[in-house]
Amino acid sequence: MADTTQANAPAEAEGGAHGHHPTQQEYIRIAVVLAILTALEVSTYYFEFGRAALPLLIVLMAIKFVMVAGFFMHLRFDTKLFGRFLYTGLAWAVVLYTLTLLVFVVDANQ
Amino acid sequence: MAMTTTPTTEAPTPRFRPSSREGILSWIGTTDHKRIGIMYFWTVLVFFAFGGTQSGLIRAQLAQAEQSLITAEIYNQMFTMHGITMVFLVVMPFAAAFFNYLLPLMIGARDVAFPRLNAFSYWFYLFGGIFLYSSFLLGGAPNGSWVGYAPLSANAVSNMAFYAVGLQILGVSSLASAINFITTILNMRAPGMTFMRMPIMVWMTLVTSFLLLFAVPIIAVALFMLQFDAVFGAQFFQPASGGDPLLYQHLFWLFGHPEVYIMILPAMGIVSEVMPVFSRKPLFGYAAMAFAGAAIGFIGFGVWAHHMFTSAIGPVPRAAFSVATMFIAVPTGIKIFNWVFTMWGGKVRFTTAMLFSVGFVSMFTIGGLSGVMHAVVPHNAQQHDTYFVVAHFHYVLFGGALFGFISGVYYWFPKVTGKLMDEKLGKLHFWTWLLGFNLTFGPMHLSGLLGQPRRTAVLPEELGGTVELYNLLSSLGFVVLFGSALVFLYNLIRSLRRGEASGDDPWDARTIEWMTATPPKPHNFDVIPTVTARDEFWHRKYAEDEHHVPVPVPAGAAVDHDEHAGHDEHIHMPDASVWPFIQTMGALPLGYGLVYANWWLIGAGVVWMVAGFFGWIIEPLAEGDDDEPATALAAH
Amino acid sequence: MSVATHETSMGLDHRKLAMWIFLASEFLFFGAFVSAYLLYLDTTNRGPGVEIFDIPFTSVSSFVLLMSSLTMVLAHNSHVRGDMRGMRLWILATAGQGMVFLGGQVYEFTVFYREGLNITQSPFASSFFFLTGFHGAHVFIGVLLLLGLYSLSLTGKVKVGQDVKTEMIGLYWHFVDIIWVIIFTVVYLIPELRVGG
Repeated sequence: MADTTQANAPAEAEGGAHGHHPTQQEYIRIAVVLAILTALEVSTYYFEFGRAALPLLIVLMAIKFVMVAGFFMHLRFDTKLFGRFLYTGLAWAVVLYTLTLLVFVVDANQ
Repeated sequence: MAMTTTPTTEAPTPRFRPSSREGILSWIGTTDHKRIGIMYFWTVLVFFAFGGTQSGLIRAQLAQAEQSLITAEIYNQMFTMHGITMVFLVVMPFAAAFFNYLLPLMIGARDVAFPRLNAFSYWFYLFGGIFLYSSFLLGGAPNGSWVGYAPLSANAVSNMAFYAVGLQILGVSSLASAINFITTILNMRAPGMTFMRMPIMVWMTLVTSFLLLFAVPIIAVALFMLQFDAVFGAQFFQPASGGDPLLYQHLFWLFGHPEVYIMILPAMGIVSEVMPVFSRKPLFGYAAMAFAGAAIGFIGFGVWAHHMFTSAIGPVPRAAFSVATMFIAVPTGIKIFNWVFTMWGGKVRFTTAMLFSVGFVSMFTIGGLSGVMHAVVPHNAQQHDTYFVVAHFHYVLFGGALFGFISGVYYWFPKVTGKLMDEKLGKLHFWTWLLGFNLTFGPMHLSGLLGQPRRTAVLPEELGGTVELYNLLSSLGFVVLFGSALVFLYNLIRSLRRGEASGDDPWDARTIEWMTATPPKPHNFDVIPTVTARDEFWHRKYAEDEHHVPVPVPAGAAVDHDEHAGHDEHIHMPDASVWPFIQTMGALPLGYGLVYANWWLIGAGVVWMVAGFFGWIIEPLAEGDDDEPATALAAH
Repeated sequence: MSVATHETSMGLDHRKLAMWIFLASEFLFFGAFVSAYLLYLDTTNRGPGVEIFDIPFTSVSSFVLLMSSLTMVLAHNSHVRGDMRGMRLWILATAGQGMVFLGGQVYEFTVFYREGLNITQSPFASSFFFLTGFHGAHVFIGVLLLLGLYSLSLTGKVKVGQDVKTEMIGLYWHFVDIIWVIIFTVVYLIPELRVGG
């Protein structure tokens, strides 16, 4: 296609390993995995997982997060800077708000 | 000069895009970072006058005990608006003025990454300020103090809906700027300008922008919650239904503490530029300065609850935050020492700019010392809500940030205008400003420790004659400051009109913004410089002999602009655009709609802003669509 | 105005970089609402609490939003390959799924309102509606962006070779999806464990 050269030139200049672009098939496969993970999450509503339920849900959530970020948002194939922005923002939020909620939990005295 | 606007090769879009550089439309539509910086500056002066008037009324009321010059209601509005004005409408935009004007020049770029977004930030600031001040005419200004603690602030008596919405508008302005500047600094540095070759001012811009990036969303949440409690009956902070007012305090100070570093780091950046030039020495400890600035920003996110020691947070958090707060003194101290060591052994010239920078270092140190006292929890219990706190933050913000900004004005005025400010008037300004400042805020340390409470309309007689005397001195100090400000204003205007011509490099400076024409051309540099060292401009002018004495280099390519070369023709700068301004106007119906719970206004505002957004996206660019790599811009 | 990528000091496209920077800040925004929700999980003021949730219903709309990320990335993929018709098709599919999601939320909120959960009821209610409501507002803005992209593609303003524009909007859309991944677990599924669902 005549326009691939045009499409690829800026892509290469972007400084990321833009070379590997997942194919349509691969994207669909990733979506299927995400759907299965979601079904697994929802199953905690229907089935008793006992004390494993909470860690299971958190792990599933994290896997889905990383998959969407890594594949759909292309972080696995782009410059590391973008991933650093995303995960720094996430880490920052988690740290600050965990600290804040801790203040509410740790002996609030009147 | 007008950039030629050749029609695009697209389907013709008859959309208006001003291309002249004359007249009011060219200012309304400007996307030139230098013009935007100038607009910020003048707007800041106007709001400073308003904020100063509010403080004047406060000082008049407190000059003696048991006065009733103004009612308590008016008094509450005065200290609230004074705080909001000085923080959000003066100090922060003053930093923006410097960032806007200088950043592209200091990194060798022609503009910021998103010039229209840059204009948008300014207009949103102006409209936000106007919106806030319109509250005076619409039932009264906010009166719940600049921190706006819930649930009192959610009660209609506080007029805080304007506060909640107004600060939201200003927050959007700041967030947009932060994204713009981070992108610019990361992606638009001149060839050869590595991070360790950037001026410290640029480092501070980067750190400040990251602080804004992460802090503004937090207060946005707090303000949304407050506004919905106030106007729409939400239950975020209402104790009756189980809401916890402490949540507001946490969210506010999670923003509020980084905010104070957002306010001081830019001034630190300015001082780090001024001092080396007037000491004729490189900045001492460049790497330490850069990393200390980053450390201050980083640690600054972890100390917020030191504003809440006297609330119900409990002893364990108190201890933790107390220790964390003391840690900030370390990188701050590093900076103070490095400024002093910069001067040590240098050939110091005490120009007005230098005087204000030295003033910054000394006054900020005093403020920092009282700050460390606050970090000690038992002291804090004594000092909280007294004038001791007022003394502390005025020393760091007025004695610190404001002194630093004024230093920057005297320093860069020649580059911006081509004229010098009068040095005699400048020195008169400095000494009266220093005297007035200390006279106003010095006694507050003492009256605070003797028990004078903040935010109290009437000075209680039972505090005694000494406290009364201190208050009288403070009020006299205000008068001195007022006179000093007039000296500054006179100097500013007179120098603009008939100041002595400055030339390109009146101070024998070190950084590349001084290489340009004076004032800089719209495209900044005729040829983007290739940077090979820190203090690039200095190294183009001077080599060093074996005694480290600077020796002028005759043909060191120290001058950028060449009147004859006609480089301008190939340099395409973005045309002006009215869409940022147009879109901003939609913030007014939206804002008023949110204050008065009027869905028609809210809807109209949203539609207007969405339309403005689309106008922005589809307006034609000047010389062909910029996304075509073949026709992309600037031959250098 | 953007600069051609080969001129930038990090070799990145301004707009893509700016979008990532913006998304980093959004965690702080949503994180605050999540924190308030967790703080107020049991502060129901004698009104409805988490037992009011309809997990099966929300699961379906969560699935829809998740799949919309797939169509979004297929839209970008089409654009990169120069298949503008395909790109437009997938954009519409994405926007459509977004609107289904929003419709689901509107229905959900209406049911809750009738069952006594509204923002004035309790801190729990306020936090729930704000968290999910602001997420919904982000989805709505995303739909607007997608429809804008669609129409600009039709008028030729968005062309082959300009896939960074689609990518930017894609990043925003995926981010909104990620936030829902978090919300679905933290707001619905985990509290539901305590109810003994």
